[in-house]
Parts: sequence; C-alpha cells; structure tokens
Amino acid sequence: MSEILDYLPLLLEGAWLTLQITAGAAVLGLVCAFASGLAAVSGSRTARAVSMVYVEFFRGTSALVQLFWLFFALPLVGIRFEPIAAGIVALGLNIGSYGSEVVRGAIKAIPKTQYEATVALNMSAYRRMRSVILPQAVVSMLPPFGNLLIELLKGTSLVSIISISDLTFSAQILRSGGSDTLTVFLVVLVMYFLMAYALTLGMRALERRGAASIGRGKIPIQRDVAKLPEPV
Amino acid sequence: MDTDKLADVVHVEPPAAREMVRFDKVVKRYGDNVVLRELDFHVKPGERITLIGPSGSGKTTILRLLMTIEKADEGKIHVDGDCLTHTRRGDHDVPADEKHIRQVRKKIGMIFQQFNLFPNMKVLRNVSEAPVHCLGLSRGEAEARAIELLELVGLGTKVDAYPSQLSGGQQQRVAIARALAMQPKVLCLDEVTSALDPELVAEVLNVLRNVAASTDITMLCVTHEMKFARDVSDRVLMFDKGQIVEEAPPDKLFTQPEHQRTRTFLRAVLEEH
Repeated sequence: MSEILDYLPLLLEGAWLTLQITAGAAVLGLVCAFASGLAAVSGSRTARAVSMVYVEFFRGTSALVQLFWLFFALPLVGIRFEPIAAGIVALGLNIGSYGSEVVRGAIKAIPKTQYEATVALNMSAYRRMRSVILPQAVVSMLPPFGNLLIELLKGTSLVSIISISDLTFSAQILRSGGSDTLTVFLVVLVMYFLMAYALTLGMRALERRGAASIGRGKIPIQRDVAKLPEPV
Repeated sequence: MDTDKLADVVHVEPPAAREMVRFDKVVKRYGDNVVLRELDFHVKPGERITLIGPSGSGKTTILRLLMTIEKADEGKIHVDGDCLTHTRRGDHDVPADEKHIRQVRKKIGMIFQQFNLFPNMKVLRNVSEAPVHCLGLSRGEAEARAIELLELVGLGTKVDAYPSQLSGGQQQRVAIARALAMQPKVLCLDEVTSALDPELVAEVLNVLRNVAASTDITMLCVTHEMKFARDVSDRVLMFDKGQIVEEAPPDKLFTQPEHQRTRTFLRAVLEEH
C-alpha cells in the first residue's frame, strides 16, 4: 500500500497535464465548433462548404492518425509542433468537428416561430442570432457538450503515444519500471473517473443555470417590482 | 386600461401615402397549390379590416406576406407609399434586398397566434430588446417605455417574470406591448385568441379594443371572433380560394351577406360559437 504513495506524485503530475491538454483542446474545440456550426447555418454557400469539409474530414478520420499527421508528417514539410501543442491542436480540431454538429443541430432546433417573431420586430440577422437564437440554442447544447468534454478527457490518452507524459504515459512508465501493474492501472482508472465525474458535475451546474436562463426549472427569486426605476 | 395614456405612449407617425397597404396582383403558391390568385386590395391609413374565410383561403398568408415572413411569387406589395417587395434599379423593378426590406418593414408589426415571446428574456426585455437594437433607443428609454406599455396592458407587476411563468392571456398581452413598442403604422393580428383558453380571450380582446380606440394604427386582423370583428373593424373581407369573395362594412356583411359562400361560412362559424 505504501507503494502507492511512491508513485502517486508521478501520476498526479500526469493527471495535471491531462487536465491541461483537455482544457486547451476544449477551448480550441469550442471555438471551432461555433465557427463551423454557425458557418453551417449561414446564408453563404462557401461558408457552408468549408464547414462541411472540416466536419466530414475530422469526424471521418481517426483522431490518432490526425495526431500522427500533425506530429510526424507536418514536420516533413517544415511545420513543427511542440508535442503538447500538437496534442491540443489535433484533439481540439477533432472534438470541434463533433461540436460543430451539436451547434448546428441546436440552432436548427429552435422553432421557426422564434425566427418569425424576430422578423416582425425587424431584427437584423446578427441581432436575431445574438439575442434570440443563440441564447436558447446554447442551453440545449450543454448536455451534448458535456458528453464531448468527457470523450475529450478520455481521448487525451492518445497523446501518450507521442511521448507526452500525461496520466496514461505516466502509468506506462511505472509499469515498465516494474511497479505493481494491477494497482497502478486501477489507480489510473479511478483518477480518470474522478476527473470525468468532476466535469459531469460542472456541466450539470451549467445546465441548471442554462435552464433557469430560459425560464425553465428553478428560477431565481424575482426582484421586487416596486424597486424598479420609475419610468422617465 | 387608460386609453388616453396609450395614445401618449404609442406615437404613430402620420401616413405618407393615401393607401397604407396595397396588394397588386399578388400570387402565392405552395408547390402546385395556389394560395393567392392575383390578389388586389388596399387598406387606408387608420383603417381596421378583418379577413374572414375558411381555413386555407389565404387569409393568414396575406399577413405573412405583408410581414415579409414569406415571399410573394408574383405581384407587388406597397406599404405607406413604399414598395416592400421590389426596388427600382435603372428603369425596372428588381426584388428588394434585405436592407430595403428592413427599411420598409419597420412600419409593420405582427401579433401571432402562439404569442412567440422569447423564452430566454424576461418580460421587460421581451418588450425593450428590439427598440434598443432596431430603433436605436437607449436601454433606459426603451425600458421606461416598455414599463409604461406593460402597465397599459395590465402587466406592470410582471416585468420581471419569464414568459413561461405567465398565462396565455398574459403572454399575448406582452406580445401586444412588444409589437406596440416598435411604433408600427400597420399591425397584423393573426388569430391572436385562437390558442387561448376561452376565459382568457376577453382580456386580450379588451386590450386590442383599446389599442384600436386610442391609436391610428392600421390593422389587418384574421380572426374567428365575429363580435370583435364587428366592434373594431371598418371593413370585412371575405376570402375563398385565394380571392376576395365579398367585402363590406361589418354591419352589412354580417347581417346581409350578398354572396352564398359568405352566408354558408358565417352560418358555420356562428353555429360553432
């Protein structure tokens, strides 16, 4: 049992790197998801085509091969990535392609009648998206985004193959160093689970806030109307 | 509701033309189904007209074309002297672009059967959002006016509620305040009480009666509320198969309809109510 204490620091360091890569790729993925998802519902045929190519390419090919491509193939044409950067870019682009479909689907799912109401109020296309469509669509994006985030967290173990010392890589080191494989990997499983569960709890909190923001679920106590500023 | 106050809050600019709305040989098809056949009609400034007719006769389509939610296949629509559907380029008319449509569309407002409030905004924001972004009012001005309007429709205490916390009748009154906040010259009412429980119909119709009594807003109304139509409208148009069958002031049309089609329709509607 005391052996655990010996290798725990290494595993914790690995877990920390895993979280960092997850965070980096999640941010990049979110940006890609919105850029591509909005392009997919835009009026521009070119934007829709670019989005489609992006989604189909990154969703339709293996994330591991994409990572290899970035890390091993691109240097051959002079583009070099640090291993961690390569990991974040590959995983971010990959998860962003799935996220793009989430964004597109959520926007498409907003009832036509909401669109009609914005026309009747003479809103511009930008204002419609910004004030009406996106605030509602984002709420329904949260559960699938939560799924993708956990997929991403677990997917980061791929980067161990390009010798980034994430959680999985650290476990491999301990195994080859003769540590008790059974315990090491059990601890690693538990650590992945705890991180995923923390993300789940975080996403649930966001979902509750999201539901309240569109008047569903528990709504914060209303301000006293009497305290509103007097009409000028 | 204080009608004088409503007239103070809702300023309707004087009309720029003798006809507020004009449909010129307007054709609308859905696939092979012709909904409007070369429809011609006009509405004078301040006039209240009611469109009646069996479902599928094209009444609602007229409102949706006017609101630019749908596009006409042929013909032109004019609003307050401006062409809504076309712009002049050189010496011929081309279909209007979004910029031109927005310019003309600001004169038109609409109230929907299903209210269509924005669920992500509280009541106050529902009413003030478009005036801020589409009329250029400051947030403070827009909210002050929204509060006045909400008080006038009897919802001064609900500014901080979400639409989901309101009854259908309350939601529809918010929708009326929201439409009025944009100072429209023309208001389209598309079966505004059809989705309401019977006991909530009166509160909505009373608000609309007051709007009609105290403003000069031109109104086009699709409704099955014949009593309301009679009270408010100057003219009733009976539609069938995408054309006007008969038109007359409500007292005449409801009591002595000339056309057989109008008679059978009215009999059916009155029996139902």
